[in-house]
Amino acid sequence: MSVLDSKIPEGPIDRKWSDYKNKIRLVNPANKRNIDVIVVGTGLAGGSAAASLAELGYNVKAFCFQDSPRRAHSIAAQGGINAAKNYQGDGDSVFRLFYDTVKGGDYRSREANVHRLAEVSASIIDQCVAQGVPFARDYGGLLDNRSFGGVLVSRTFYAKGQTGQQLLLGAYSAMSRQIGKGKIRMYTRHEMQELVVVDGKARGIIARNSVNGELERHSAHAVVIASGGYGNVFFLSTNAMGSNVSANWKIHKKGAQFANPCFTQIHPTCIPVSGENQSKLTLMSESLRNDGRIWVPKNIEDVEAIKKGTKKPTDLNEAERDYYLERRYPSFGNLVPRDVASRAAKERCDAGYGVNATGEAVYLDFAAAIERYGKEQAHIQHVENPSSEDIYKLGKSVVEGKYGNLFQMYYKITDDNPYETPMKIYPAVHYTMGGVWVDYNLMSTIPGCYVAGEANFSDHGANRLGASALMQGLADGYFVLPYTIGDYLADDIRTGAIPTDTAEFDEAENAVQSHLERLIGIQGTKSVDYFHKRLGKVMWNNVGMARNEKDLNSAILEIQSIRDEFYSNVRVPGKLDELNPELEKAGRVADFLELGELMAIDALSRNESCGGHFREESQTPEGEAQRKDDEYAYVASWEYSGNPSEPKLHKEDLVFENIKLVQRSYK
Amino acid sequence: MKLNLKIWRQNGPQDKGEMKTYPIDGVDGDMSFLEMMDMLNDQLIESGESPVAFDHDCREGICGMCSLYINGEAHGPDRGVTTCQLHMRKFNDGETIYIEPWRAKAFPVIKDLVVDRSAFDRIMNSGGFVSVNTSGNTVDANSIPIPKDDADKAFEAATCIGCGACVASCKNASAMLFVSAKVSQLSLLPQGKVEAKERVLNMVQTMDEEGFGNCTNTGACEVECPKGISLENIARMNREYLKGALTK
Repeated sequence: MSVLDSKIPEGPIDRKWSDYKNKIRLVNPANKRNIDVIVVGTGLAGGSAAASLAELGYNVKAFCFQDSPRRAHSIAAQGGINAAKNYQGDGDSVFRLFYDTVKGGDYRSREANVHRLAEVSASIIDQCVAQGVPFARDYGGLLDNRSFGGVLVSRTFYAKGQTGQQLLLGAYSAMSRQIGKGKIRMYTRHEMQELVVVDGKARGIIARNSVNGELERHSAHAVVIASGGYGNVFFLSTNAMGSNVSANWKIHKKGAQFANPCFTQIHPTCIPVSGENQSKLTLMSESLRNDGRIWVPKNIEDVEAIKKGTKKPTDLNEAERDYYLERRYPSFGNLVPRDVASRAAKERCDAGYGVNATGEAVYLDFAAAIERYGKEQAHIQHVENPSSEDIYKLGKSVVEGKYGNLFQMYYKITDDNPYETPMKIYPAVHYTMGGVWVDYNLMSTIPGCYVAGEANFSDHGANRLGASALMQGLADGYFVLPYTIGDYLADDIRTGAIPTDTAEFDEAENAVQSHLERLIGIQGTKSVDYFHKRLGKVMWNNVGMARNEKDLNSAILEIQSIRDEFYSNVRVPGKLDELNPELEKAGRVADFLELGELMAIDALSRNESCGGHFREESQTPEGEAQRKDDEYAYVASWEYSGNPSEPKLHKEDLVFENIKLVQRSYK
Repeated sequence: MKLNLKIWRQNGPQDKGEMKTYPIDGVDGDMSFLEMMDMLNDQLIESGESPVAFDHDCREGICGMCSLYINGEAHGPDRGVTTCQLHMRKFNDGETIYIEPWRAKAFPVIKDLVVDRSAFDRIMNSGGFVSVNTSGNTVDANSIPIPKDDADKAFEAATCIGCGACVASCKNASAMLFVSAKVSQLSLLPQGKVEAKERVLNMVQTMDEEGFGNCTNTGACEVECPKGISLENIARMNREYLKGALTK
């Protein structure tokens, strides 16, 4: 298992996927009826995979911990989905999307996977429109686009600030159709607890029914994990409260290697932390950077005055503002990639220019956009000599049409009106590029165990570009897995149903039972959240936006001690055989307490800065990230050794044949 | 601020259930309603009592999982928000707050404030989709222009989060707003028109079978809907239903 074979097909990059598809083995329709597939998670990747596999004829069993598949956290994605359609005629192409994604990922992703993603991107939009996804349109009735960070074209399709919702409901409706036909059996309020491996192949899972606490055995010929990312290891993140690493962690402990765990994305535009009781952070879509300008006061006296309340941000004139992104990165300005924007905000705030009480906030200002749109509308509507009030009114309605729901959300959370005063924002944990290592077929190092969407590591390298997560989730589920899984299942047409009354299932179920009994039996004095918050603080302070050797080493020790304390002093109330949200949380936090250490170990072993991973030891004189391609142009893939503190490192060398490695510059 | 919470406690579907009183102190106006509930639960856990079970997930008003009936209103006193976006600044120091689950025959209580809304999924399974397989061979997305007005109306209907506030607010526990939002979205778009008749007939039939009540046009659903789904959708669904029923 130690040799990583990425199984990238031979041939030129733009022929690999189509040639491979032409030669891939298929399963005939009559045989598909005898093959079962388990899909864990019903977000964009899991939902689209479950629907597509069921359409093909496989018997699908889908699992989610929420009360309906429609609630998966993909639903919260706001800004949009990229596709190389070139509807705007601004020079976009499959190659350019491929190039932007590899560059945006700071040259730490696999060329072949990214090219395939770019190739299928256009089909995703066609498919979603056919499903009835109501994308934004212009007055000619054609699809509208906007621009996102790190690119110079407008290739992002959107549905106001609810693109993820609309795409997920599209996948959910495709699932609903198959559930209605009986091709998908849907298990809601079920959480996967263990993978069952028979003769070296993934053959089923143990799931806990959250309503009555029963452990259930489910068998299949292949298992697809699409359980999302692990940002909640930081406690405070933009993830949903229930988002977790557990499905991924269980398969990791059963032999699936975990790749690049330290690659986490800190999103630059989130509502800043307001207090100790805060349970989550809310994102303000990156699309806002199309029209919003980011700044802090130029003079430290103004910062103090604003903090004291003697000055308002609107009192400062242009000359008194530091639009630091436009200053540092003139060619991309406010639309630099997320990692760059986040670090720049941190740099200003660390220097003392943060504009709220905690000193961790910068402004995102729409005044200029409102004025620009207002003038444009006045011209279109033939308003002669418009007053500044007219312009404001006209401009406000345009901005409202584009971002209305985001502005309303901001207002409800902060009690500030962003049409009148600039928003305050600060970076927050948002996405994890790392994940389970998969080959070109999206199969992990356990045969028959596939991993799709954010849960795998494959496409975004060290930094994901905006509007690419939705693209990847749907690409994996609709257009990649349905092909690649057939190649594997072609060997299973004569296998027959997998029995669940075997020693392997007994052993897996017993292990789950004793783990849950252990958690509930500790009966200590502190709640699960108490430990989760402590872990989160260590992660944010030491394994967050900037990392160094000393802090990482101390993080490893601290996490170990929090983990020990957790197992001696956590209090999980209630019983095993009932709806018990605290027990569910305890299981998830137990896994985060192991993952956190692996992230620190990975960050320590990668002594270069790349994408979202910034090692203070490796920066240019101007403070930009410094990659070290000679030493680190590889995927760090970790094997579980039986002890979470001693993982074994494997390397997959990254080969770049089509894109030349250069230091990223957005100047 | 100090609050007096009156919370519905019910051990399981068969349990009778009752309101119980929990005083809480130190609540901050910037906390969300659910963060206040977290604080209560932390205190209950550390004092050895059983925490209150409630549904929640995204905490940004989009997943539709949270579902509290607060002082007699679905998602509480604020407009256009779900419970997770409701902030404590909307309440006064010393106030008594009543917290109950959604109450409807079609939404049985599972435990405390958690209810079973799977009836919504079953309605969706009976027709809330366009029958198109994944292939990559559908027509180009721009080959059928859709008037912006229709696209916008379809989008507005499609923003329903399926939380069930409409059912909880309706004196008849009717699911008409929920069902009509999906029927409207798909009947407004050319892609959904092909099977519009079957869709509305099947979805309404399932809605009735699940035990939801009828619509008597009181409009409470529209007022309490956190996403502002319009009653117009119900009118559109009635039209679609009539069309389907008469011509089928």
